[in-house]
Amino acid sequence: MTADRVALSADGVSKRYGGSVALDSVSLEVAAGECVALVGESGSGKTTLLRCFNRMTEWDSGTVRVDGEDAAALDPVELRRRVGYVPQEGGLLPHWTVLRNAALVPWLRGDAGAEAAAAGALARVGLPAAQYGGRWPRELSGGQRQRVAIARSLAASPTIMLLDEPFGALDAITRAELQTVFDELRRATGITAVFVTHDLHEAALLADRVAVLRRGRIEQVAPPAELVAHPATDYVRDLLARARMVGA
Amino acid sequence: MTRSAWRMNPRQQLPEVRLRGLAAATPLRQDGGRCCPGLRYSMGMVMKSRLGVREGGLWAVVAAISIACLPCLPAAVPAQTAPPAAARPVVVASKPFGESYLLAEMFAQVMEARGIGVQRRFGLGATEIAFGALRTGAIDVYPEYTGTGLTAILHQQPQGDARAVFGRVSRDFEARWGVHWLPPLGFENTYAIAVRRETARRYGLRTLSDLARAAPQLTAGFTPDFIGRPDGLPGLAKAYGLKPRAVRSLVQAVKYRALAEGAVDVVDGYSTDGLLAKYDLVVLEDDRAFFPPYEAAAMVGPRLWRDSPAAIAALSRLSGRLDVAKMRELNRRVEVDGRPVAVVAREALAEMGILASARVVGVDNAYPHDQSFAEFMWARRGELLADTLRHLLLVLVSLLAAVAVAVPIGVMLERARPSAAEGAIRGAGVLQTIPSIALLAFMIPLLGIGIVPALVALWLYSLYPILRNTYSGVRDADASATEAARALGMSPRQVLRHVRLPLAAPSIMAGIRTAAVIDVGTATLAAFIGAGGLGDPIVAGLALTDSRMILSGAIPAALLALLVDAALGVAERAVRPRGVTAGR
Repeated sequence: MTADRVALSADGVSKRYGGSVALDSVSLEVAAGECVALVGESGSGKTTLLRCFNRMTEWDSGTVRVDGEDAAALDPVELRRRVGYVPQEGGLLPHWTVLRNAALVPWLRGDAGAEAAAAGALARVGLPAAQYGGRWPRELSGGQRQRVAIARSLAASPTIMLLDEPFGALDAITRAELQTVFDELRRATGITAVFVTHDLHEAALLADRVAVLRRGRIEQVAPPAELVAHPATDYVRDLLARARMVGA
Repeated sequence: MTRSAWRMNPRQQLPEVRLRGLAAATPLRQDGGRCCPGLRYSMGMVMKSRLGVREGGLWAVVAAISIACLPCLPAAVPAQTAPPAAARPVVVASKPFGESYLLAEMFAQVMEARGIGVQRRFGLGATEIAFGALRTGAIDVYPEYTGTGLTAILHQQPQGDARAVFGRVSRDFEARWGVHWLPPLGFENTYAIAVRRETARRYGLRTLSDLARAAPQLTAGFTPDFIGRPDGLPGLAKAYGLKPRAVRSLVQAVKYRALAEGAVDVVDGYSTDGLLAKYDLVVLEDDRAFFPPYEAAAMVGPRLWRDSPAAIAALSRLSGRLDVAKMRELNRRVEVDGRPVAVVAREALAEMGILASARVVGVDNAYPHDQSFAEFMWARRGELLADTLRHLLLVLVSLLAAVAVAVPIGVMLERARPSAAEGAIRGAGVLQTIPSIALLAFMIPLLGIGIVPALVALWLYSLYPILRNTYSGVRDADASATEAARALGMSPRQVLRHVRLPLAAPSIMAGIRTAAVIDVGTATLAAFIGAGGLGDPIVAGLALTDSRMILSGAIPAALLALLVDAALGVAERAVRPRGVTAGR
């Protein structure tokens, strides 16, 4: 893991929605090839922070960098085609086949081998295109749809992917399967990943580092083991206790 | 076909009538001829889009409808545009009741006998529409009643004797609008308040004062016109203190039957109604002389008065030639005996010695009463086909124009603030609440009468369902899919084109389908402003109390609604993206 190069960074990023503060001067660096989990309760700002990295959310102040470039200066549409994205419920286009869904980003970029790239990505998530490519999203199970969403985010071979509670809507067994698929893919491709979760166990299982957010501020960023051993604040200790990861 | 043609046997028409009839029918035949292949083509496109094109399906359908309709447009416009002044026929109109049809047909025939070209626009909505059309030059002459002119148009209190009223309307109409009343035809057709003979006996009714006493025990059935007019129920109630137990609104065509069957006890009629005798009714005396004199006369528009002394001279031959007994007798021949208006008019002119030869042998059997309904429909198949095609043309052109406007606006509103979008759509919804007759009446000063105002009215009524469904469909398109498409790098335009529109297509198509079915129904009202279509036989049938004729328009209109609904149902399924279940 080349921990020296920074793939994503937020520096003093703030965002308000009307009267409420979503992000309060948040700073975070993600090294290339690293996997960071954003953990927190609803309203903690974890999804808002994730969406700043592909400019789905426009922040009020501070700087966001993607591969060293100032994200505010990039064309948002071009930026999003560079960064993989997996939403919670898959977000597959219901009127497109599995193969066409998976080929979305290469097709948007005008890549010649869009369908081949999509077929390759589908194979890596365990859904061979020959068998699944012609199906409609509604013909798949929830877990299969989420696999397609992951394949779609990988088809254009991005170096960064963002995942918004990617396994949150799945049953326990399917979730464990998908977590394994994700972990293996990440290690095989060396992709930089940031994912949002409210599940500390998931964060500890998949992430190199965990960032705990509360009311728009980062309470602590640390590798899972250090987080458990040395919670920086009472809030982090409480969170760990509630997840039964440390004694109360 | 000319407007009155359904009462004529086409084979028996005089040569000059037939020639003109053919000329009038030509644009319709062209419409029809062009429409049908176009329609078939559009259906072909629909089927093709189902097999191949996916998200393009909606546009294929819209494009196909456009292609189908475009050739109709140039054909539709000449039907309205006036020919050059020299060749322009005199446009004769009537209001939608039997006596008005009969008098207008007599006007037409006396002018035709002098070689003057005539165009018939019978059955125009009501006083406001007919008079509005006359004032603005859309029609040239129609039969009107002096008392109606005084109260309903000049908004004056009923007053004075027949001579005074005629003098008053002559003066005021010329001064204000350049409209001329020719000398009256010779009879008065005042309101006649009638009851069953048995009711008159039971309550001892002879006069309206007697009726006022018994009224609290009686149910009245009055025409909507009478209920609203100052010289109708409001004035009558004040003059006599008349307060019936209940007042029901009944159209002309059903009120005598409702009275005879006991559904109501009192109706308003006209003193010349042929049906008063048929149902053995008692007309109560207006003992306080409340109703103003209603002398019938030809009312002539400014242009005809100025440009055509020959037409004025021909029309003036009828002045003073009809008395009330004669008129009642003529009305009876139409309303009770069910004989064709054109034939009765010709007989009357011959009996008055105005036209030399009267009898056209065999015409009486044009649509004999013992004919079955199927035979009647078959005998009228040519006119029915022309009416149906005209109807379809009205619906298709107005619908297409509404699609062209409402779909893009509905799509654009998705980008607007929700409150602004809702406001705009509610605005279109308010249009829906304007009664169609009122809307048509508003449009006469701007657009005259005929096909153009009808198209504009239908277009306005089509906007709301299409706008509403387009906006909702685009706005509510699968939120997680549109969000993901954006997050993965679709531009807003791509999200619209590749995600929102395809997902909204069934909803948009459903809106078009709703608008189309509403249009088929509303288009029957186009007959009130002379736009033709299946409303023509309905309006004429209502005016002439001929239920066969009403059904001959109403049944094809209903079938057309079913057909349009089914065809657009197929289109709706065709544009539904594959992969999206019907339940969504």
